[in-house]
Amino acid sequence: MSEQAEHKHTSVGTYLTVAAVLTVVTLVEVGIFYVPALAPVLAPVLLTLSAAKFALVVMFYMHLKGDHKLFTVIFTVPLLIAMAVVVALLFLFGTIALG
Amino acid sequence: MSTAAHYTSTGLDNRKLGFWTFIGSECLLFGSLISTYLVYQGRSVSGPTPHEVLDIPLTSVSTFVLLMSSLAMVLALAAVTRGDKVWSRVWLASTAGLGLVFLGFQAYEFTTFVHEGLKLQTNLFGSTFFVLTGTHGAHVAVGVLWLLTLLVRSFQGKLGPDKAMVVEVSGLYWHFVDVVWIVIFTVVYLLS
Repeated sequence: MSEQAEHKHTSVGTYLTVAAVLTVVTLVEVGIFYVPALAPVLAPVLLTLSAAKFALVVMFYMHLKGDHKLFTVIFTVPLLIAMAVVVALLFLFGTIALG
Repeated sequence: MSTAAHYTSTGLDNRKLGFWTFIGSECLLFGSLISTYLVYQGRSVSGPTPHEVLDIPLTSVSTFVLLMSSLAMVLALAAVTRGDKVWSRVWLASTAGLGLVFLGFQAYEFTTFVHEGLKLQTNLFGSTFFVLTGTHGAHVAVGVLWLLTLLVRSFQGKLGPDKAMVVEVSGLYWHFVDVVWIVIFTVVYLLS
């Protein structure tokens, strides 16, 4: 089956649903930003919501969910390296610290 | 023209394979820019600081605009794939238009910051902020130009279903620009 044929299985309804979810999650992100009581958990909550939006776009709009696994590998490996570099630099420069 | 010539021994289109590799390299580029911003966060010896200049409501709207442009892009690909010329033009124009609106928001934000005393050379926040968001904005600008060329090709009658892969690759670029902004919006704006 060609790659284009695989994409035809993703319906317009799915694209609209993903857009609606992205909108709602963005509203939630901005909403909790203004709630002082959530300040202690703001970073993990926002990073989780951001990761969810990221995954939705990559899986459904960039079609990685139904595409060949090699594309997922080609994208995910550098992404993980980039994330590791970010975390390593944050530790190295003392922006975040253990204990 | 046969598209078979573009397929590799993996059975995958070489343009798409090459473009995913490019996107992988872009992850490293933006990873380095984001980590630089985070490493220098809060280390400016003089203002303005993020709290003084960042406008969350305004940036939330521009974030929504970019998210909706991704929806328009994927609808453009669907229209091109099914050979719907009218709607492919509508959605390609919408995507480019929303991209221009996003750039307008960014131009307004940058201008406001400069008026408030934050320039590239003002402090560490200014340097890292403008380089990170400016690099992203440059990517959006390139994407808008790419989309406009596709729109012209469509009006020339050269963007039929046989060219769906061309639109898909441009879509990959556009969606990647979108996901980068998803991260920037959280890390730079909401967590600053």
